[in-house]
Formats: sequence, C-alpha cells, structure tokens
Amino acid sequence: MKRKIPLIITFTVGVLLIIAEFIPHKPFGTLSGELEEWFLVISGFAIILGQLSLLKVNTFKIKYKQKDWQYSIITLASFFFMVGFGLLWGTGKSSGIFGHGEVISAVIGIKPFDYLFQNVYQHLQATMFSLLAFFIASAAYRAFIGRNLESNLLLIAAVLVMLGNTTVGGLLTSWLPESLNFLHLPKVSEFIMTYPTTAGQRAIMIGAGLGIIGSSLRIILGIERSYLGGE
Amino acid sequence: MAKRKQIDRRWIFLLIFLGVALPLIIKVGLPVEITKNVQMVYELVENTPKGSTVLISFDYDPASMPELHPMGLSLLRHCFQRDIKVVFTAMWPMGVQMAEDIVTTLKPDFPKKKYGVDYINLGFKAGGMVTIQSIGKDLKKIFPEDMYGSPITEFPIMQDVNNYNNIAFVFSLSAGAPGIKEWVQIVSDKYNRPTSGGCTGVSAPAILPYVNEQKQLTGLLAGLKAAAEYENLVGKIGSATSGMDAQSIAHLIIISFITIGNINYWRKKNKQKKDRKK
Repeated sequence: MKRKIPLIITFTVGVLLIIAEFIPHKPFGTLSGELEEWFLVISGFAIILGQLSLLKVNTFKIKYKQKDWQYSIITLASFFFMVGFGLLWGTGKSSGIFGHGEVISAVIGIKPFDYLFQNVYQHLQATMFSLLAFFIASAAYRAFIGRNLESNLLLIAAVLVMLGNTTVGGLLTSWLPESLNFLHLPKVSEFIMTYPTTAGQRAIMIGAGLGIIGSSLRIILGIERSYLGGE
Repeated sequence: MAKRKQIDRRWIFLLIFLGVALPLIIKVGLPVEITKNVQMVYELVENTPKGSTVLISFDYDPASMPELHPMGLSLLRHCFQRDIKVVFTAMWPMGVQMAEDIVTTLKPDFPKKKYGVDYINLGFKAGGMVTIQSIGKDLKKIFPEDMYGSPITEFPIMQDVNNYNNIAFVFSLSAGAPGIKEWVQIVSDKYNRPTSGGCTGVSAPAILPYVNEQKQLTGLLAGLKAAAEYENLVGKIGSATSGMDAQSIAHLIIISFITIGNINYWRKKNKQKKDRKK
C-alpha cells in the first residue's frame, strides 16, 4: 500500500497532464491548471527543505568533527548572518521586523543584507567563476594536442572560434578582399557555431528529448520506481 | 612515450592574470564587429512599438554578472530610450537583486522613469518551467504582488497585462536552468510570442539551435562579445567593451600556449622517431 498509492497518484497525474496537453478544455484544462499551482507551492517548500538540509549536514559535520569541519562553521555563520540581517532589517525597499534599520544604514550606506550581498557575496561568486579562466588556460595547454585527425579537427575548430570571439580576430583578417569575406575570422567562427556545432547540439537534444519521453513513460507506468526510494 | 616537458602552470596563471588585468587598467579600445544574432535582438527592440510592455527575466546570479549584467544594462537602456515598458521577473532567487542593481545604475540617466508606470519588478518565483507556463494562463495569479509586497493591480503598468498576449516580447538573461530554453519552449513554441535572450559564452552552443528559420529565438546575445556589440549598437560603451579587450588578450595567450604545447609535442615525437631509426 505504501508504494501502491504513490504509483497510482503518479499514473493518474501523468496521464491527466498528457491528456490536458491535447485537450485543453474542461475538465482537463482546469485540472492541469490546478496541478500546476500545486507544483509551485511544492517548489516553494523545496527551498525550505534545502535550507534545512544545509543546516543538518553542516551541524552533523561540526558535531562529529568530520574532515574540514571548520568550513561548516563559516557556512552556518554566513547563513545565519544573511538570514538574520534580511529578517531584521529587510532588503532593498522591503522592511524587516525592526523596520528599515535607518541607524545602521546611515553608517554603512545601505541595509546590512544589501551591504553583504553587494560587497561580499557578489565578489566571492565572481571570484569563483573567474578562477575558471586560469584553469582553462592551463588545461587547454595540456589537452589541445593534435595527436590524430579528430584531435586536430577539434584543435583547429577551437582556435578559430576563440580567435573569432576576440576583437583581434576581426583585425587579423580585415585586409581580406570582399570576394574572400567568407574567410574573415568572425565569419568562420560564426559558421562553425551555426552549422557543425548546432547540428551536433540538435542531435544531442533530440536524443535527450527521446530519453526524457522514455524515462517519463517508465515513471508514469510504474516501471521506474527509484524515485520512491530503494530498488 | 616519454613524458613531455611542461611549462610550470604558475607561468600560465601569471600571464593570464596580466593579460586580463592590464587591458582593464589601460584601455585599448579595439573595434567590435556586429554579428547577425545581436543585430536581430537590436531590431526586435527597435521594431517594438512605443508604449508596449515587454518581460525581461533575470535568470542568473552574481557568478555570471560580468557577461550578463552589461547585456541587461544595454537592453534596459534601449527599452527606456524607446519608451518601452518593462516587467522584470526572476526564475533564479538572486536574479531579483540583479534587476534591482541594473535599475539603480540606470536611474540617473532616466530620472523620469517611474516604478509601477514604466517598469515593475515582480520578483522571484520558484517552479521554473511550470511558472513560465502558468504566466501564460494568468500572470496576476502567479504574481499577485510585486517584490515589495504591493498588489500588482495597483500599478498602471499592469492594468492591461494578463498573460503573454499582452507582452510584446520576452527576453531571458540566462546562466543555466531555468533559463532561455524553458522560456523558448513555452513562450515561443506554445504561445507563439517573440522570445529572445542573452546567455554566457560557455552555454551558447546549447542555445544556438533555437535561433533558426522558425524564429524560436529572435536573435541571441551570447557571451561578452555580444554584450559589447549591443553596447556599441545602443551607443553607450560600458564594461563589456572594455572587458572584450581583456578577453581578446586572454584568448591570444591561451592560443599561444596551445601552439607551444603542440610544438613541444611534435618535437618530442620527431625525436622519438629518429631515436627508433638509430
């Protein structure tokens, strides 16, 4: 019974939504609209679930002094600081429990939450992403080696696209006559992105789409039950 | 095979650091060529009648700011220049702050633009694709209040906006999912409304298939280069154009290292061949 009820719910909702896609009239249209609203409510709870999970995992790490437990203290402190500041004095134009925190805002210029967001969080995230540039450069030097035909093709395509995506690329071939305009580096880069890359991407997307249909049918028909836990 | 002699990665890091930092300090100002996809986005805004309402979704967070923020700034500037009303939403929680930051930056240039009349921020809503689909049925049901908690029916901008039929076009600034793909699949494919977007350079190959004859996407701003092109089209040079110099130098450094790596490899290979013949 514990497994049968969720399977029946999944089957009923799945079939109902498929029918609603083809017959968007009453009662299917109304029911699918109602189910969409339920989904939005559940999505909201997913955020709370994520926060609780973060608290549980990090508290557990600190409690049992697991590897790198010290970082969990920083995670939890940051979490409580941000949530606390947001709740107490609000963000942007929204007020918090203690109003807009005019006294603190007068000292730091903006609300504490916004101050931390703009001066700490934004820069930390940008830094993490920027580090990629260094690793990509190092990885490209080691990985882009023309060992055989395939790797040579990849290497040439990568260099052409990279050059085409720079302002220098355009300058390098700007001297070409109009009749050879198709060899202009930004045009070559655009060609590679529009035709070979897009063709490959479409093949992947169609394959993934068929895969999603297959998995969805397996879930709706109760063949795939791993989402219920176990098996 | 004998192990290739590798350049110490710290040299690569140092050169990349200098290559990115120096052009940001000393402006080079290399010319930017306008590509077809960017021109399409520009024309989409240009051809939108004055007084129309458009929806811009901020589906990114600070990690993608250097690429997507300049796009948002230029796009909003373009919309304001053409007296187009803008409704902001966010499918990513941090997107709300991104939209707020852009409005704050543009406020001194457009002091007459009023919140609730010329633009409104509806805030973040969880649910991704389902939220996008539900907006098509009844926007006011999905966003009964703006991000500050005021009922949206109070604002003049929202009086005639009920679903995608009242929106001239939808634009998603996207760094992943939910993002452009979800907006295209619902707004363009299901509701047949013009849809466009801006994405990071790294995700461009996955989005480009939607720019096609069927116009699932009307143009695409892909990466920093597209942001710089749009800045040039709008006529207000910003961080994307100066960032392009840094990106160009960084790309050239990477290409140089790839060339050195290949020369080393082929030299080793030839040496091995000669040794075997001996």
